[in-house]
This record gives sequence, structure tokens and C-alpha cells, in this order.
Amino acid sequence: MAEEIIIKEADEQEISINMGPQHPSTHGVLRLVLSLKGEIVNKVEPHCGYIHRGIEKMTESMTYQQIIHLTDRLDYLSAHINNGAVCLAVEKALEVEVSERVKVIRTIMDELNRIASHQLWWCSFGMDLGGLTCFFYGLRDREKILDIFEETTGSRLIQSYYCPGGLMADLHPNFQTKVKEFIKYFRKILPEYDELLSGNIIMMERAIGMGLLTKEQAISYGVTGPSGRGSGFSCDVRKHHPYHAYDKVKFNEVLRTEGDTYARYMVRMDEMRESMNIIEQLIDNIPEGDYVAKMKPVIKLPEGEYYQRVEAARGEFGVYIISKGEKNPYRMKLRSPNFSNLSSLDLMARGNKIADLVAIGGSLDYVIPDIDR
Amino acid sequence: MGVKIKSMKYEDFEDNETLELFKQSGGNILFTTLDGIINWGRSNSIWPLTFATSCCGIEMMATGAARHDFARFGIEVYRASPRQADVIVVAGTIVPKMAPVLKRLYDQMPDPKYVIAMGACAVSGGPFVNSYHIVKGVDKIIPVDVYVPGCPPRPEALLYGVMQLQRKIKLESAFNKKKDK
Amino acid sequence: MTNQELKDNLQRIEPTATIEEGKQYLNVTVSPEKWHNLATQLKENKELAFDYLFNLTGVDYGDNLGVVYHLESTTHHHVVVVKVATNRENPEIPTICDIWRTAEFHEREAFDFFGIKFTNHPDLRRIFLDEDWKGFPLRKDYDPSVNPTY
Repeated sequence: MAEEIIIKEADEQEISINMGPQHPSTHGVLRLVLSLKGEIVNKVEPHCGYIHRGIEKMTESMTYQQIIHLTDRLDYLSAHINNGAVCLAVEKALEVEVSERVKVIRTIMDELNRIASHQLWWCSFGMDLGGLTCFFYGLRDREKILDIFEETTGSRLIQSYYCPGGLMADLHPNFQTKVKEFIKYFRKILPEYDELLSGNIIMMERAIGMGLLTKEQAISYGVTGPSGRGSGFSCDVRKHHPYHAYDKVKFNEVLRTEGDTYARYMVRMDEMRESMNIIEQLIDNIPEGDYVAKMKPVIKLPEGEYYQRVEAARGEFGVYIISKGEKNPYRMKLRSPNFSNLSSLDLMARGNKIADLVAIGGSLDYVIPDIDR
Repeated sequence: MGVKIKSMKYEDFEDNETLELFKQSGGNILFTTLDGIINWGRSNSIWPLTFATSCCGIEMMATGAARHDFARFGIEVYRASPRQADVIVVAGTIVPKMAPVLKRLYDQMPDPKYVIAMGACAVSGGPFVNSYHIVKGVDKIIPVDVYVPGCPPRPEALLYGVMQLQRKIKLESAFNKKKDK
Repeated sequence: MTNQELKDNLQRIEPTATIEEGKQYLNVTVSPEKWHNLATQLKENKELAFDYLFNLTGVDYGDNLGVVYHLESTTHHHVVVVKVATNRENPEIPTICDIWRTAEFHEREAFDFFGIKFTNHPDLRRIFLDEDWKGFPLRKDYDPSVNPTY
């Protein structure tokens, strides 16, 4: 009788533990202060700012062509897509019409980037759960996309390939053949990924039913991208506010309603297939034309406010420019998808164990420099 | 056990103190051979700490992956705890909020420890050098052994940096210790 | 709903607000005291149903500070932009994080960068910079020398 009481008292203690900023599973420098009762998480408090570089203040003293190089380094895994947002905002403000060729090439590059980003997500998700094989498989296949990027743009991770008015350089002659080869290869490899991880009993035990987020909560917390679509929130900017050449291609918006880690996982796997469908529809008919429109060397946006939304690999990325007619923006705000996604981590992790918190964080797929800007 | 890395000339390695010590320590033949064996073992099994702040971290992961495998250079496994690591590869930007954390991690590592500054941000502040919240180069906080420039540096560049670190380790002597940093 | 219908609806709900057609979206300017009321109406009204706050920006207009909210409805697919301005000496705006939960983090960011206090916010403190950082960096009169540089 006396022993029972002692055990109960020990259990009641709530302790506060620090996870990060240097931690193998936080995917970067994020500090999470956990309030734990035993192994159950009561509260998660994220502390950001460990990679806050002051990008928004820097943009106020830079020209628009220089800002492209900074937006690359925000969410570096969707580098092309972030560049596209700034370029589109500037082109819309100046009412410059880019050629069809530029639109199609930008779409193909964006989708390749999305596949590369999801490959890296898959390999780090598997690694967080303990399956180290996923790390090597994912990165092996990602190297093929990086080869394609390197031939055309010159760089693997941070390309700065788009510029206001079009592209920095034309495509490499090998581009089409290499992309077609890659798609044929990757279609055979994706079932291997499914065999390794999606049907794995350990992964399913750890993912199904964990980290629930309902559709109303997703909308209220502003969770977009594959994380929001896993809860049924239809938020794909490519469908609702099309840009580049997305209004000319047919693709499905992948939606699931369960709202748990497994749903978010499957949304990303299906998105990789949809991206390949989009590329296949465009790769054979890249129209001829100029790769860059004629622009003045000094870009000055007319006075006013401009907002451009694009679908980055992690959610809705937005660029809000307030211009007073100068060559630098008066205020540039970068709406980052990971910042809003992170605010829902507390809600999803309550009541679960620490190991599940790692899986939930992996399924949200946050990139910390995008949160901190 | 001489220095046999082909890419950089011996004369170009400009760390005079180490070279002088090396010349001085050509004393007892038993100790020189022992030194050689110990240094060969140490330089071929450098285990880094898992530390990556931003974009360079992805290229570091790519260096460890299947194509540019750095396990063949001895970097077999990443250690999560600083107490078990030999080298810290600072990959990414360091900001004033992160600087005390980095210093604490460096202090927690046991001697002998090395630092590789990877990427333009760690070398000198990089593209963000005009920001209000940046440390202009990680050598303002901890002493750096090898600088690998690039934004981000290619995996081959990081491997070259690791090879230079191996060369530096081989010049050390277990019995005539260098001055503490 | 079209911009004209939105304008009529909003004018009826909040007569003191100034509504004008911007280059992209409808811009509504409202004073801080009326903002919380208008925000509740924007969310609860079935015809407006603005349930998705996708951007919250702090701005330094020069003579005063302000916040710009971008709202969208996921059912009707219309967008509206609301601007709330407040003075520089004692900037205060009522919080709306009880209506749209995403505002919790975004308002902390606006406080961190501009010093705008959001009344009734559950946890208003700096989010990116250290607690002892002096000044508000994104204001136009920020002096970088008050903080140590490295």
C-alpha cells in the first residue's frame, strides 16, 4: 500500500527539458522547450531566432536583382520556387510579359525542385524514425536531379536561376533527354520507397493516429502545403491562383482527410507522382522563344503594394512588396510557410511521447532558416 | 611516415610553428615512428559532431551520402554528443543568438579537437555580411583549422578541406605537444 | 463575392472604415479601437467567412506604425486587405489571435521588429532576437550601433 503512494507521487512531477538547438532530429537550429510528465509531452514551446539573419531589413537596401540571391537562401530546398515569387511580383508590377518558353521552363524547374525537396524530406524522415537506409536511397536519387540542375544553371543547391524578366541563361541541349531519363528511372524507384517505408509496420505504428490536426485547426493556424492538405485543407496555390504554366497542365491536388502523420506522409509521396505527371506533359513541347525579356538595368517598381503567392514545397510562400518608386523596396515581407506550420506543432504534440514528437516534426517538414528569415 | 598528400605543396603550408616543431622533434627514432603511427590513426578516423545550421548542412549531408561518400576518408559516423566528437564542421551561418551555444559545444569537446569552417557564412559572414544580426566569420568565436569557401561549397571542396585537415593532423606530435589554443 | 459587393457589405458592418480598391485586392483601413469588432464580424458572417489569415505584416510608414492583414475565405475565395495604423510613441493594437490562431506567432514577430504592443495577447515577447536586444530593428530610425556587433 505504501509503495503505491510513492510511485504515484513520483509520477506527478512535471519536468522541463531542452531539445536543441544542436540536436540531430530538429533539422536545424530550433530550440524546443518541452514540458514532460514522464514521457508524455504536455507542452512544446519553440524558441526561434538561432539563424535569424535579418533578411527583411537587408532587402531595404538592395536592388531587386540582388534580392533574388537572398530569397534562394531562405528555404534552400525550394530555391527556384522562392525566386519565382519575387520575379513574378516584379514582372507583374512592371507589366512585363515573359515568353511562353520562360513560363514552361520555370514550371519544369519548379516541379523538379519539388521532387528533390520531397526526396530529401523522405530521407530525413526515415532517418529520424531510425531507418538509415532511407537516407542513402533518397540522396542517391536526389543527386540525379542535382546533376540536371548543375548542367543548366551551374550550381547544385542554390542556383539563383530566375531573374526578373526571365532566366539567367538558356537550357543546356541535354536537358530534355536527361529529364526524360530521370522520370523513367524514378517511376521505377518510387515503389521501392513504398516497400521500404510506407508499408513498414514500425512506421505505420508510429505514424497512424499521431499528431492529429483537423481541417478547421489547419485553416486557423495557417498550415498550408502538404501538411495542410493532409488534413483536408485545399490550399494549393497552383490550383487556386495559377501562375507560370500551371493553368495549362492537368494535375490533381492530393488531399487526405485523416490529418495524422501518415496522411501527411502519403500526401508527399503522391505529390511526387503528380509532379512527374506535370513534367511529362510539358517536357516534349517546350516552345521556342527568348529566354529573357528586355528589362531596364535599374528596376524601379511603380509606387504601390504587390503581393505574390506561390506554392513552395512546404506550403504557401508569399512576397509582399511596398514600393515608393525607388530602386529598393520600402518594405518587403516574406510570408514563410514554415513559420505558420511550426505554430501548430504544440497543438499536435500534446499527449504524445517524445519519440512521436520527432515523427510529427518530421512530417511537418520544417526548414529553420525559412522560419527565422 | 611522411606527408604524402599531392594537392598542396609542402612549402605552401604556412603554419610555421608547426613546421618548426616538426623539424625539432626529429629526435628519438622510436618516438618519431610512434608519432607517425599515432597520427596516421588519428587523422584517418576523424568523427564529426552533427552540427549544421543552414544550407551548407545539406551539402554536408550530400557529402556523406552514397555518391561522395566520406566514410572512405575515415569519417565513419556522426556523433550526436560533443563529448564523443573530434571535429566540428561549422556548416552554415552563425548569428549572435547562436554564438554562445557554439562556444559551449566547442568547450565541451575533449582535446584534441579541430574546427572546419564550411561555407562563406562561416568563413567571413558570407552574403549576410551587411546584416544587423550576424557574426562575421566563426573564427571570432572559436579557432578554426581549415576554411572551405563556397556558397555552398561542392562536396568535393569539403573533401579537400578534410584532406587538408588530415595533413595538418599528421604534422602534430603526440610527444611534443603544440601550445594549447 | 466581387469587390463591389464586398465593399458594400463591409461599409454596412463598419461605417467608420475607409474602403478603396487597390491594384490587386480591396483595401480596408480601420482604426485600432474598431478592429477587433470588425475582425469578429469578418470571420463569423456567413457571407464573408474570412477564415484564413495568410499574412500579417508590420510596416513603418514614417510618421506612424501600422499592421497589414491579408485575409482569404476558403469557401468563397475572396481576399481582403485590412490596414490598421497606430502612433509611434505608444503603439497599441488589439490582438486577434483568439480569432485566427496563426496570429499568435505573427504578432510576436511584429512586436519584435517594430515594438507594436498587441493588447490581450497571451504571451507577448520577442521571438527572434534575444530578450536583451535594444531597439526594434525594422523601424526606419533604428540605430545599429546600440547593439554589439561581431
